[in-house]
Amino acid sequence: MQFLALIYAGEEQDDVDLETLIAQYQAFDEQAEKAGILLGGNALEAVSTATSVRVRNSKSELTDGPFAETKEQLGGYYLFECKNLDEALEWAAKIPSARYGTIEVRPVMVFDQ
Amino acid sequence: MDNLARIFRAQSGQVLASLMYLSRDLQLAEDALQDACEQASKKWLVQGVPENTVAWLHLVAKRKLIDKLRQQSSQQNPNTLQLIEQSLYVQDDTDLETDYEVPDERLRLIFICCHPALSEAAQVALTLRTLCGLSVREIARAYLLSEVAVGQRITRAKKKIRDAGISYDVPNAKQLSIRLPSVLKVIYLIYNESYSAYEGQTLNRQDLANEAIRLSLLMVKLVPNAEVFGLAALMLFHDARRLSRSSATDPYITLEQQNRTLWDQDKIEQADVFIHKALEYKQRGPYQIQAAISGLHSRAKSWETTDWAQIQLLYMSLFHLHPSPVVALNLAIAKANGGLLKQAYEEVVTLKNELNQYQPYYAARGELESRLNLTERAISSISKAISLSKNSIERDFLIKKRGQLLKL
Repeated sequence: MQFLALIYAGEEQDDVDLETLIAQYQAFDEQAEKAGILLGGNALEAVSTATSVRVRNSKSELTDGPFAETKEQLGGYYLFECKNLDEALEWAAKIPSARYGTIEVRPVMVFDQ
Repeated sequence: MDNLARIFRAQSGQVLASLMYLSRDLQLAEDALQDACEQASKKWLVQGVPENTVAWLHLVAKRKLIDKLRQQSSQQNPNTLQLIEQSLYVQDDTDLETDYEVPDERLRLIFICCHPALSEAAQVALTLRTLCGLSVREIARAYLLSEVAVGQRITRAKKKIRDAGISYDVPNAKQLSIRLPSVLKVIYLIYNESYSAYEGQTLNRQDLANEAIRLSLLMVKLVPNAEVFGLAALMLFHDARRLSRSSATDPYITLEQQNRTLWDQDKIEQADVFIHKALEYKQRGPYQIQAAISGLHSRAKSWETTDWAQIQLLYMSLFHLHPSPVVALNLAIAKANGGLLKQAYEEVVTLKNELNQYQPYYAARGELESRLNLTERAISSISKAISLSKNSIERDFLIKKRGQLLKL
């Protein structure tokens, strides 16, 4: 089963310096890859770079900023291949930002043919 | 409850657990069991109740389940269907009445129902519905909720179980430390609910206590573990005092005033056995400590001869594990009962900010104030407790107590 782990944290919330955090993420990537559960993942640019688009009356409306203004922002994601939710949650708990932010875990929807 | 309903309720948990494990779909399993129960109600009236009712229900429900899986769609997972058909086939030529043993998958079911990925309210409702076989209506009555609300809560939870990828495996040793506490908590919540008598209550609340104890004994059988024994002991010690907790004239009798000859000695003995088993594991835990405290009350010949010193020590170790103002309050009460009234009262006063919305805080504080002859303060505390009280029995008790203070 595929699970998307969405990493939410305040952008100034990191509890270690950037270099250390990156090293921790690299270590996590390595561990997850070795376990064969990592399908993909990326860090995102700061929420200040977000642009939202919606189409109304066939016209694109663009707005500066994210879909929802929240204290914790989506900062990145991982795609896991896990046996079940429990395994996915175990891996999500190992994501470095879980220490100070929140990881939302959602199963990827499967469509019947 | 009539005889058939009693049989269905007693066995639904085990049958449902097995159907759920076979189909990986709780809703489908429940529908199949429902159909089997309907068929049983008709057949058994004519042919009599079979000797092995659980086997009868299980076999019929499994056939219903296969029909449903076939109906659902041709795209259904063929493996699931094959699995069930195989398990049916193997049993086909055995004698239904005697040899058939229903596999016990209740442990899987209880860990699913109490999965921390579900809200606590959903865990409780789902456990009562599936493992205890209570109807949605009964659960709604027990928790003073509408049937619609309970129905939705259960449906949502079942959907999440199906779609979120919650595991059907019994947690391994590593996961158990995360998963077991939520199971024990749900059982204890169900038990505690039986205590808080609400107004307009129609369901016999003892049913909830019995179900909680039944679940707890099941856990003792399936996952023997220090805290599992501890919780079973705790509930049995409490339940042993049920008859003495109220009388025809008095709906609420405090531990101090209870007639101890009414305590159920069989339950106390069973609880004693469990608490000793728990201690053999040498893994301290909050349920064991609370059970040990309850055990000291159960063994005391009277309120006066209760071992308050030992109870204080136990509350201290509970506080050490779980520092909370409620535990601090209980520790102070034990000190007061052990003779350190003034010191205890000072400690209680310092807890005010943390517990200022907690009814038992003001009830206990008022009691200590009245013992210290601080009558005016006692009246004010009891009045505060009355305003925070959520049920009429408790409120009447406090009003009576305040009346006694006012006359002094």
